[in-house]
Amino acid sequence: MEEISLLMQGFAVALQWENLLLMVAGIVLGVLIGVLPGLGGANGIAILLPLTFALPPVSAIILLSCIYWGALFGGAITSILFNIPGEPWSVATTFDGYPMAQQGRAAEALTAAFTSSFVGALIAVVMITFVAPLVAEFALKFGPPEFFAVMFLSFACFVGLSRGSPWKALAAMMFGFLLAGVGMDGVTGQLRMTFGSLELMRGIDFLVVVIGLFGLSEIFQSIEEGLRFKGQSARITLGTVLRTWAELPRHAWLFLRSSLIGCWMGITPAGATPASFMSYGVARRMSKDPSSFGTGRVEGVVAPETAAHAAGTSALLPMLSLGVPGSPTAAVLLGGLIMWGLQPGPMLFVEQKDFVWGLIASMYLGNVVGLVIVLAAVPWFAAILRVPFAIIAAIILMVCAIGAYTVNSAEFDVVLMLVFGVIGYVMKKLDYPLAPLVLALVLGDRTEESFRQALLLSEGSLAIFFSNWLSGGIMAAGLVMLFWPMFGRLMAGRAKPA
Amino acid sequence: MSITTRDAALLDTAAPERGPTLKGMEIATAVLLMAVGGVAIQDALRIGAGWGADGPQSGYFPFWLGLILVGASLGNLVAALRAGRRAAGGGAPLFASWGQLGLVAQVFVPTAVFVAVIPFAGIYLSSAVLVAFFMIRFGGFRWASSLPAGAAAALVAFAVFEIWFLVALPKGPVETWLGY
Repeated sequence: MEEISLLMQGFAVALQWENLLLMVAGIVLGVLIGVLPGLGGANGIAILLPLTFALPPVSAIILLSCIYWGALFGGAITSILFNIPGEPWSVATTFDGYPMAQQGRAAEALTAAFTSSFVGALIAVVMITFVAPLVAEFALKFGPPEFFAVMFLSFACFVGLSRGSPWKALAAMMFGFLLAGVGMDGVTGQLRMTFGSLELMRGIDFLVVVIGLFGLSEIFQSIEEGLRFKGQSARITLGTVLRTWAELPRHAWLFLRSSLIGCWMGITPAGATPASFMSYGVARRMSKDPSSFGTGRVEGVVAPETAAHAAGTSALLPMLSLGVPGSPTAAVLLGGLIMWGLQPGPMLFVEQKDFVWGLIASMYLGNVVGLVIVLAAVPWFAAILRVPFAIIAAIILMVCAIGAYTVNSAEFDVVLMLVFGVIGYVMKKLDYPLAPLVLALVLGDRTEESFRQALLLSEGSLAIFFSNWLSGGIMAAGLVMLFWPMFGRLMAGRAKPA
Repeated sequence: MSITTRDAALLDTAAPERGPTLKGMEIATAVLLMAVGGVAIQDALRIGAGWGADGPQSGYFPFWLGLILVGASLGNLVAALRAGRRAAGGGAPLFASWGQLGLVAQVFVPTAVFVAVIPFAGIYLSSAVLVAFFMIRFGGFRWASSLPAGAAAALVAFAVFEIWFLVALPKGPVETWLGY
């Protein structure tokens, strides 16, 4: 087992004391980000990314990925105690988590949520450890047509699996691709869509867009809803933890099923949020007593949390092995790789062994550290929400502005962030998905590059994408995903003739 | 403690909620995105969207993206128009009430001013004023506690970015006067 020895080397990297310190700092920051509405995983990492230039890449990614695990943990705290999902993927956790807290079982719900998160993440990391190297090795055979086909498949999944209108997913995605095209064409040096503006020549940086779309718009939305924090308080004692843990093995099958749903939804870029809803829905449907869901069932906390963490973690698999991220947060991390001077894609596993395996090892350690920290420190994290929203909102606005500025040291970017804050607010209200926009923005250049290289090989014939079984097969799968909503409608139409 | 007890109270008294309809906003957004697609197509045609001597021209990819965006927005436009017909019976669903938009504007306008002032006053002074303003306006804090809190937030940011991480942020006359 070559993976095991590589993983051990990875642990040697991750266990260096400065990396351990960054891990703890990242988890604590991440939980804070997860608890605060208006600061999400993607957005928090985007703001902090420019600050990691001074660090070696492996330390930087350990810090940033631990922020992500922390944010995944943190979302559950506010869902259960305050009935306010700190993150979109913890919405489903409120259904049974908050009723449990109202019944005075907050500590039990939190323990169950954190433990489920841990189990979901662990299963996903084990899968990454053994599957990612295989995928990367396989992908080494890829040429430009195959790479374009993989991108096509992952974008087609967005359209096919979107819960809302597929047209909206498509429109958001194309908008993202066009934004990526602004600036200088990397192949010919031609200026595109800059309309004579010097500021636009630099291109539109995805970090600025992420900060606006996910940060500012969130503040606008929270204000509109008139946020008022009224919460249950909780302190987790060792007794509750042990008692809850003794109960949990009964739900082994639920853990496994939710993890599988999560892993699947994380690799196909559906993401943690749909995974949590789907897992909750399946748990409810397969329960002997579906009507009791929503009244404070521990299964209603276990199912979404396990799936959300499994999805959030496995979203890193395609990011590491193919260079195609499975979630907005993974997309921001991918942007980080490029900024640190690493070339994303399958070669990463060959050329940057220390980086890849250090990161994978830090996922194991980070989740253990995270579980301990959140179990021990829930009351302190919950206390954050007692700080008046007026102060939190202003500080988040300030941090967003600083984050947007530091990307290129450009004041224009702060203005751009404000514009995308408004765009994000409107898009969210109208149910346009933001994830495809961000992914298209991050992957736009590379998608176009592989598309153009493929066409150069074939001298302009699109048939190249179907010229061999590999790219043809992936393209065909992509086409099926793209037209999935239509198949779905046809089947539904046949089942229920109007 | 919550953001705007006063404004929330105002909201409750405003009897029937009015505001831009969901349908109107859907149509406006679809048309706007269609225009974005149109601009992209035009720009792509300007720089050449065909096949050059050295392969696909710079406009090749954006041209098709623009075309798909126009198509998808057309789909959204049709969907919005149809949905309107179905919901014609009851009151049209709102995008947001004027009261809600007013709340958003109360945050948006100071933020826009904050962004506009940064090039002149620097980010630290602007941030201090922003934090203090939010505390007074939305938190109901007194001047005496808000101003020091704003200054403290700016000082912490200064220590973290300028001193610890060595990231140079925009500075204004105050920082120059202090010797930075």
